[in-house]
Amino acid sequence: MPINIRIPTPLRKLTHDEEVVETTADSIGAAISDLESRYPGIQERLLDEAGEVRRFVNVYVNEEDIRFLDNKDTALKDGDEVSIIPAIAGG
Amino acid sequence: MSGQQGYMKALRCRECGQEYPLEARHVCEFDFGPLEVVYDYQAAKEKLTREVVASRPQNMWRYAELLPVAGEPTVGREVGFTPLIKADRLAERLGIRELWIKNDAVNYPTLSFKDRVVSVALSRAREMGFEVVACASTGNLANSVAANAAASGMKAFVFIPHDLEKGKVVNSLIYDANVIGIKGHYDEVNRLCAEIAGKYSWAFVNVNMRPYYAEGSKSQGFEIMEQLGWEIPRHTVVPMASGSLLTKIHKSYQEAVKVGLVEEAEYSVHGAQATGCSPISQAFKEGQDFFKPVKPDTIAKSLAIGTPADGFYALKVFKETGAASDDVSDDEIREGISLLAETEGIFSETAGGVTVGVAKKLIASGAIPADDSAVLCITGNGLKTLDAVENHVGETREIAPSLREFDALLDSDKELTSPTK
Repeated sequence: MPINIRIPTPLRKLTHDEEVVETTADSIGAAISDLESRYPGIQERLLDEAGEVRRFVNVYVNEEDIRFLDNKDTALKDGDEVSIIPAIAGG
Repeated sequence: MSGQQGYMKALRCRECGQEYPLEARHVCEFDFGPLEVVYDYQAAKEKLTREVVASRPQNMWRYAELLPVAGEPTVGREVGFTPLIKADRLAERLGIRELWIKNDAVNYPTLSFKDRVVSVALSRAREMGFEVVACASTGNLANSVAANAAASGMKAFVFIPHDLEKGKVVNSLIYDANVIGIKGHYDEVNRLCAEIAGKYSWAFVNVNMRPYYAEGSKSQGFEIMEQLGWEIPRHTVVPMASGSLLTKIHKSYQEAVKVGLVEEAEYSVHGAQATGCSPISQAFKEGQDFFKPVKPDTIAKSLAIGTPADGFYALKVFKETGAASDDVSDDEIREGISLLAETEGIFSETAGGVTVGVAKKLIASGAIPADDSAVLCITGNGLKTLDAVENHVGETREIAPSLREFDALLDSDKELTSPTK
């Protein structure tokens, strides 16, 4: 089973309006590199100059915030669901 | 003024300055930064004088030129202008020269400050042509969206954590809103709503409508200044969940200076959290400029946001205004609720206990000097969170309808007739 990555509205122009894309990468960091190879430009929108996930981007694996897991090193396995979501919402 | 835009000019990213048209959109496409409404301050300054404000009805729309609705507001026209109380008895107990309570526990119609943001969000949603409104909420927002949508004939979906206080759940269901309880904490509700908002074309007040919605909080700051005789309070203590209210009160003070309603003055806007969910105050105390997300565990459910959207900006406000932030335990929250009730006759929800408890700490530590003046923002009503205090308020004394029994009761307990503190 592939790993599904849900793409938020602000990035869908880069993914040609695809809401969900698949990957077989084994970590969040590798998944972002994989996305970059297929949708050039997406990495700099997700990562800052230091290569860390941007302040206003939240990434979840199976509904858990990766900051409660291993951040970019969080492992991925078949069937995982990854969501990329703008941090600015709610309250 | 253009009929389409009122005094608004555009949406602008707080991070990179990229501008966007005035649509239902909340984040920058480039860096995911939050979008904010930009106003024509020169035009607002020409129109919005103290005399003009004074001539208008006593509700939040008396500052309409600085609120993001293009035409006349159609939802929540009577919201706001809640009492600002001089709280001498509480001041004495907290050890400060002068203290004021801004009492949004009696805001109209759903007894919390959320009526301010909702009337803006729904008025704006309506003029943009939306028929369905929605929100992610810890309770008060759900109540307000449900009530205001009902009153204006809009369809509402409110998403809440499944384990909220009963008062807050019933207070949404009664308006016949679609109430969806999510088996998770607020941050999970919020994440789900961000995904739903991307899929359904609804006006999500605190997702795609957030740039407009959040601006409604400024009205609380405008009112405080006007009620103080057009002055910025030296100290303001604000409860923080996402941190949005705090940043918008700060913004209201800046804007009032910009349009000439008040003189420039030194002021500090302090933040209050519950220890069981205190990512912002922890970051402040550790000297960090960004917070670490937490999993909330507190009786202050209305403040239980572990990933606060405006946490970063709240920390900036502390730095810019020489302010502090602190947090209090569940016991201190209950003490704060009782203290406010016993000294000022105001029954606040748990968030108010947080604000009173933190104010006490900040005054004791000197972060708010004892010879200064402070305003405490009370944002919600205690009748909605009875569960939090019901086992801590003593008991009714029951007697037969007999004068002899009442006399005996007084004789048996001298405390009953002792002077109040």
